[in-house]
Amino acid sequence: MPEIASPLYKIPGEPAASGDMLAHGDAPQLLSSGATTVGEVLAQTQAGAVMDELEGDLIGLAPVKSRIRDIAALLVIDRLRMNLGFQAQAPSLHMCFTGNPGTGKTTVALRMAAILHRLGYVRKGHLVAVTRDDLVGQYIGHTAPKTREVLRRAMGGVLFIDEAYYLYRPENERDYGQEAIEILLQVMENQRDDLVVILAGYEDRMKTFFRSNPGMSSRIAHHLEFPDYSAGELVQIAERMLQQQNYSFGPAARQAFEQYLGFRLLQPNFSNARSVRNALDRARLRQASRLFADSERSLTREELSTLEESDIRASRVFQIAQAQSKS
Amino acid sequence: MMSNPTGRVTQGQFSFLADLSDAEISLQVEYGLRRGYAWSVEYSDDPHPRNTYWEMFGMPMFDLRDAAGVLLELDRCRKSFPRHYIRLMAFDSTRGIESIAMSFIVNRPPSEPGFSLVRQESSGRTLRYTVHSYATDAPEGQRADD
Repeated sequence: MPEIASPLYKIPGEPAASGDMLAHGDAPQLLSSGATTVGEVLAQTQAGAVMDELEGDLIGLAPVKSRIRDIAALLVIDRLRMNLGFQAQAPSLHMCFTGNPGTGKTTVALRMAAILHRLGYVRKGHLVAVTRDDLVGQYIGHTAPKTREVLRRAMGGVLFIDEAYYLYRPENERDYGQEAIEILLQVMENQRDDLVVILAGYEDRMKTFFRSNPGMSSRIAHHLEFPDYSAGELVQIAERMLQQQNYSFGPAARQAFEQYLGFRLLQPNFSNARSVRNALDRARLRQASRLFADSERSLTREELSTLEESDIRASRVFQIAQAQSKS
Repeated sequence: MMSNPTGRVTQGQFSFLADLSDAEISLQVEYGLRRGYAWSVEYSDDPHPRNTYWEMFGMPMFDLRDAAGVLLELDRCRKSFPRHYIRLMAFDSTRGIESIAMSFIVNRPPSEPGFSLVRQESSGRTLRYTVHSYATDAPEGQRADD
């Protein structure tokens, strides 16, 4: 299929917004600008803004950030090369996110669509998030149309397949997952300019998945590992979450939360940022019932938005830790 | 048709123009998507200026964001029916409109034999005229491979 590099003629009734230019491929980005330094290109594109924003918005995740920085840098350098008349081919951007629960795989994928759009690698920048159910059919002949429909919807954007290892079920040899994988592979290979596929899943299971589908593994250029967060990063995340909901830690509450995390990390089934969010939600519930008990008093703005130390300390995690230290 | 000496079927938009290239088709599709139309692909081997009922190639495609999705489907249709007429249609689901807003032919057989004028003698000296496509002289399904 030929590229839609530039409009052949003006379409009547077409809004002349910048979003419209983006609709026609990466035309605005590819227009020759005569820039010869990285700084000049950065000023013309949004690559710099994207990198700064990423740095500020996401806590931790150093490997992920550095990879995105590389992709943004490639865009800038490609632009410079193009100004000198070198051929620039769009890089393969299919990615695989592996990591433990709650390390931000889905969050980053959501952002990746916007980032790649702003960098000019995808035309529309929408994200289609699917799981096995959306791709794999229930009877013979059901899978292909289903998968193709999802792929069509994802064109011009990012297709995010969560828990991708479920696509392949080795224990059932008549499973239709393999058919979905084959269609995916074909489109991933042939329509690299039109869509970016991101697979996500837990590390060990994704490894098994790739071992049984070597074609899939080799067509994915970026295998990103999401490391577990350190305790300090988790506290930062907690504060960020509270801030977004217009809450804050009261005096000593932050310290209590750090202690809470210390105990919680030792217990099983800790899932990083997700556990932090759940812990904060429970603290909010306790704060609410604490304030609720006092039905006559008029509550101030401060009281309504502060989580006290007692709200955190009432957690079951502290009792379990105490019981363990006694025994 | 008589007013169309090349014998090409003229139906929908752009049918008096030269065939659209894939890039031009994408631009048209993109325009339709921006206006919120749902595209669909249809094919037929029964050319007639007034034959509007063609076979559907799959369901109409709702929720698309980019023309590449429609072209993916069109390419599949071209592969299955390389010598058929294929057209793209845009459905406007706005309440009160709910009908086809755009329609144009994107694939034609390599040769189009054209149409003849058929005269039917009726009561008295009345003559009725109608148009007959040479392409439909072969039975359905065998018209494509000439």
